[in-house]
Formats: sequence, structure tokens, C-alpha cells
Amino acid sequence: MSQIFAQGLVCPLDKNNVDTDQIIPKQFLTSVSRDGFAQAMFYDWRYLADGTPNPDFVVNKPEYQSASILLTRANFGCGSSREHAPWAIKQYGFNVIIAESFADIFFNNSVNNGMLLIQLSKTNIELLFNRCAQGPQQWQIDLQSQEILFGNNAAMGFNIDADIKQRLLSGLDFIGSSELLNPQIADYERSRKASQPWLG
Amino acid sequence: MSQATSQTLFQKIYASHVVGKLNPSTDLLYVDRHLIHEVTSPQAFSGLKLANRKVRRPDLTFATMDHNVSTQRRSLDAAGETSRKQLEALAANCAENRIPLLDLTHPDQGIVHVIGPEQGLTQPGMIIVCGDSHTSTHGAFGALAFGIGTSEVEHVLATQTLPQQQAKTLKVEINGELSAHVTPKDVILAVIGKLGTAGGNGYVAEFCGSAIRAMSMEGRMTLCNMSIEMGAKAGLIAPDQITFDYIKGKAHAPAAEHWDAAVQYWQSLYSDADAVFDKVVEIDAASITPQITWGTNPEQVIAVDQAVPAPDSFSDATKRDAAERALAYMGLQPGQKLTDCKVDVVFIGSCTNSRIEDLRAAASVVQGKKVAAGVRALVVPGSGVVKRQAEAEGLAGIFKDAGFEWREPGCSMCLGMNDDRVDAGQRCASTSNRNFEGRQGRGARTHLVSPAMAAAAAIAGKFVNIAAVNEKGDRA
Ligand code: SF4
Repeated sequence: MSQIFAQGLVCPLDKNNVDTDQIIPKQFLTSVSRDGFAQAMFYDWRYLADGTPNPDFVVNKPEYQSASILLTRANFGCGSSREHAPWAIKQYGFNVIIAESFADIFFNNSVNNGMLLIQLSKTNIELLFNRCAQGPQQWQIDLQSQEILFGNNAAMGFNIDADIKQRLLSGLDFIGSSELLNPQIADYERSRKASQPWLG
Repeated sequence: MSQATSQTLFQKIYASHVVGKLNPSTDLLYVDRHLIHEVTSPQAFSGLKLANRKVRRPDLTFATMDHNVSTQRRSLDAAGETSRKQLEALAANCAENRIPLLDLTHPDQGIVHVIGPEQGLTQPGMIIVCGDSHTSTHGAFGALAFGIGTSEVEHVLATQTLPQQQAKTLKVEINGELSAHVTPKDVILAVIGKLGTAGGNGYVAEFCGSAIRAMSMEGRMTLCNMSIEMGAKAGLIAPDQITFDYIKGKAHAPAAEHWDAAVQYWQSLYSDADAVFDKVVEIDAASITPQITWGTNPEQVIAVDQAVPAPDSFSDATKRDAAERALAYMGLQPGQKLTDCKVDVVFIGSCTNSRIEDLRAAASVVQGKKVAAGVRALVVPGSGVVKRQAEAEGLAGIFKDAGFEWREPGCSMCLGMNDDRVDAGQRCASTSNRNFEGRQGRGARTHLVSPAMAAAAAIAGKFVNIAAVNEKGDRA
């Protein structure tokens, strides 16, 4: 069974260790809302000091406008726990990120926002960058079969945690599924109070 | 079910918090302490409200204002309009949900990772979470402590639990004695230099060995604080008498009638002698020298008397490329000595190095001297408690006499969310934990160092090898 999770233009961001301060600088963190972060994504790279778009930054290039798949390298999303980082990326229009590796907290935050993060070997990432070097790419991501489809029957497989796959496919409510264990939580609290009364 | 009898400290804490299974690979874990602050909580509270959910355990939740408060004046509006709104939202959310809050009027207010331990909220064996990556700090007490995102903050507020999977375990064993002038900050920078910024991805790192046992709680917190900078999910140190002595008498420490039982439990929190770790790193304490970062991530670090490396010296193409970019951003040349580099700004503060021991170390370097002309130097204590103690011990006077600005507690120039920023192109000696591009201000050039090295840089107006200075009889 195939299930296309996403399809669209790929934007190649050829950098390692892209940190959350880069993804969304701190001046945008004072908001109390979940929205309005699209403009802030990669702010210091995307805009010049005078506020105009930096024509050299890949996201600003005409051929990558309306891209929805972000391709990058190792340790993407390292640094702070700010969920504003995946919010900004998603609100800009990316719902898939492909990288050699991701920082743990960023990974969880992205999944909690319904984004698909695909981790591939260094060799495979290199292959994907090579494809992009040949011109703008349109790919499909089949989550059910765990494949990136390049068209013309070419594809590359990927691994994904079974639980995360299930959550993305079914769109399960993050808090709601834990609340199903409310009786166990109450039991745990009772025994915790008995054995470690100092914890409250 | 067959189960290994030997467990690591991480595995013990994890197992004791399993509420139930969500699916074969994911457990629901109970959270003993949830710390919150103004920046990553407002959207979580609005999410709760929208779904008609309540805060399950306000009594296990604790709030402070730290990230975007002004360190010039203790006033909600001192750091600007949007900051004020965010601080007011926190206050309103805490009041509505009966969550205790150390606001700006509270004498003990401070950085979340400084006040948790100070208030006795941080205890061995706990699971502690906070919407902040440096929550790893609390691992110094033998608590499993890690940073979470806002969706997870909302999840913990609603259920007091969090879905988790077992992490891999990494043992960092540091034996031997540290040389004079080598601090826990140098130790963790050296560890990150060795393992890399992603070396700990997927792991919980336990620090052990005689060099760790000899460290104070302040030192252990500095170490665990930066374990996130090598990508580790958490840092951990088994609790011992030093830990128990630190906690005793703190406001939220176990009550007298429970104290003995608590200590007895805490004494069971260690990795069994034959426990198996997924990865082991051993480091000789005597080999560690005073460290300084030269690049734009904490792995780009050298001993202060070493020359800035040439990109060609990295065999890995990725690292070579990263070094090239970092040197351009930092305005440095390969082969250059940082001890020849002028500094413009000195920042002593942040949840890494703003505790009393850090301020004592810095003050001992500063005493009787003056900040070099043209250098802007700030000391930002981590909390009201630290500030009062530093004033009582005369440290504040030493800093002020030397020409340092003595500020109110907060995160300040660690991330520059308030008005404490480093200007583009300026070079900053900082005791904080991140030297990322733009972290302290757009175009700011950050060099991470220990408090004593930061203080010495303020006096000399350039970076200094602290070991050499002191050998010459403390005449900078
Ligand atoms: S001091 Fe810096 S690292 Fe620590 S909590 Fe504040 S902003 Fe984060």
C-alpha cells in the first residue's frame, strides 16, 4: 500500500550543525502565539543587515520558491529546545526534512508538529545532494512503504521508528493517547506517595 | 521477563518511573518536577485551555522569570513591550493554575537551572523536565533531567508524564587530579572537543571517576549543563555525600521526618559495578588544560596556548568546511594565538557559570585590578541568592571597583533576548555555553571560557593563559 505523505520541490541546504539559533533567532521568541514564525525562519541568513532578502541564500533563490522538502546534512537542529524552530520551518512550508542526523529535542518537537524527519546515511545524503546539483527536484515521500520517490521508478528507502510512523499516519492526539493511561497514572501517584512521601 | 541484574544509573531511574507502555518501544514516564519559564510555556498554556484541560499537578510544577528579564532593573517592562507581555502571560498562567512562581519581586528569582537546585527542587532519582535544553544541569544531582519542547510542556502540564524511549548509555570516566586553574568548564569543553557536538546524540552521559567525585556541586552542574552541547539527552552524576550536604536545609528539600529515608534511597542511585554502557570514554584529568573555543560551535575548542587550527588540519571534509566558515565568521586566521586577540566584551554569567563558586573564582583574578580600557565587562549572578551571597562576601565590591557592571539575575547576554547584546564584529569572552553564530547578537564573536579566564581577559584586554598568569605571581 502506498501513502504519499508529502510531495514537492526540494531545497538543498548544504550545511552541517544548523543550530536552533540559526533556524530562529531569539528576537522572535517573545511571542506568546504559535503562529507567525514563517518570516523568522533562518532570519540572519535569509535577510541582509538592511532587512532585504539575501539573494545568495538558497531558500531565497527563485528556483526553490515554494519548496516543501528540506534537504540538509548532519546534526540539524542542535542547540536549544525552542519549538519555535520547527514551527518556523513548518509555517514556511516545509513538512519533510531529510538529513544525516538530527538533534534529539528538535526531532521530537518536529514529530509533535506532524512533520516527517528522515535520517539517512552520509552516503545517501551525498547522493541526494548530487541529484539536486543537476537541477531542481520534485520528490514524493511514501511513508507507508518508507521510500523517497524520485520519479521514473527511481527510489531510495528510509528507516523510521514504528511508533512515529504510526503517529504520523494516523495523526494521533499526542496528549489524548497518554490520557488513556490515566488510571495507571493515578496508581503510580499513589504508590509514589507511599514509598517516597518527600516527593509530594 | 528476563532482565539484567546490573543496571546503569540511567536505567534505574528510567525503570522506576514507568507508568505504563504506550506501544512496544515507548513508555509513559512520570515526571517528578516540571520547571517552566516565560519563553517556552505560553503556547502550552493556551493549548491546554483550548482543549479544556487542567494542570494535573501544579504542586510539582515550578516557574521562574529569567530568559528575557532586564538585568538592569527588576521591572516587567524594562526589557521592552513584547517581553513584558510574555512575562505577564507567565504570571497570569501561574496565578490561574496555582503554580508557584519566583517572579521579579521575589528575592530568590533567577535562572531556572540555578534556582532549581538552590531551592531544593532538584533531588536525586527524580525525573526533571523543563522547556529548555540546559535542563541537563540538574543531572549533577543524579536526577534524569532533560529539555523538552512546548508540545511536551503542554503534555506534562496535562498529565505529569511524558512518552519516552530508552536512551543509549555513555560513560565518561575522568580519573586523576585536575591541574591548578583547570576548572569543570575546561573539563566539559575538553570532553566536547573530543566527542564532537553530535557525539552524544541518542545517549545519556554519566560522568564518573575520581576527578568528578572531587568536584563541588557547582562544578558538577557546570559539567552536566554543557552535556547537551555534545548532543547528549542528559548528563548524570551519581549522588554522594557532597550532593546530600548541598540539598540539606534547602527550602524544598525533604522534610526532617523524611530525610533519612530519602538519603537511604538516594544512596542506591549508582551504576552497578558490572553495568554495561553502550559507549565508554576515558580521560586523564591531568591531561586537561585551560580551554577556549575558537569557532562557532563548542566542539571547535583548543587549549588557550594553542594556535587556531588551519582548516586543512582536519581530515574530515565536513569539519574542514565548518572550520573555514567558522574562521571567516570569527575573523581569525589559522596559526593565530588567541592570547594575541583583543576582547571587546566580557560576560560572566549564564546557567553554566553564574554560581557563587564561579563568581569567587572570577573575583580572585580581578581583585585589586582594573578592567582594561575599552572593554565592557558584565557580571550577571544566576539568582537573587547568589547575588546576595556575593555582596555579603564582598565579591560585588571587587567587581564594581574594577569597573565591571554588577547586574540583576537573569539569562542576559547568554542569548541576548533582553537588551544585553554583543555588537556585530565584537569579540566576547563569555562563560556561557553556546558560541553559535549570532547567539549573543548578530555578528557577535563568542569565545567560551571559564570564569577565571573571562575575568583575566577583562583585566588584560585580551585573552590570557590563566595558568601562565598565576605562575608569574598573579601579575597580569
Ligand atoms: S542562561 Fe543561557 S543557556 Fe541558561 S537557561 Fe538562560 S538562556 Fe538558556
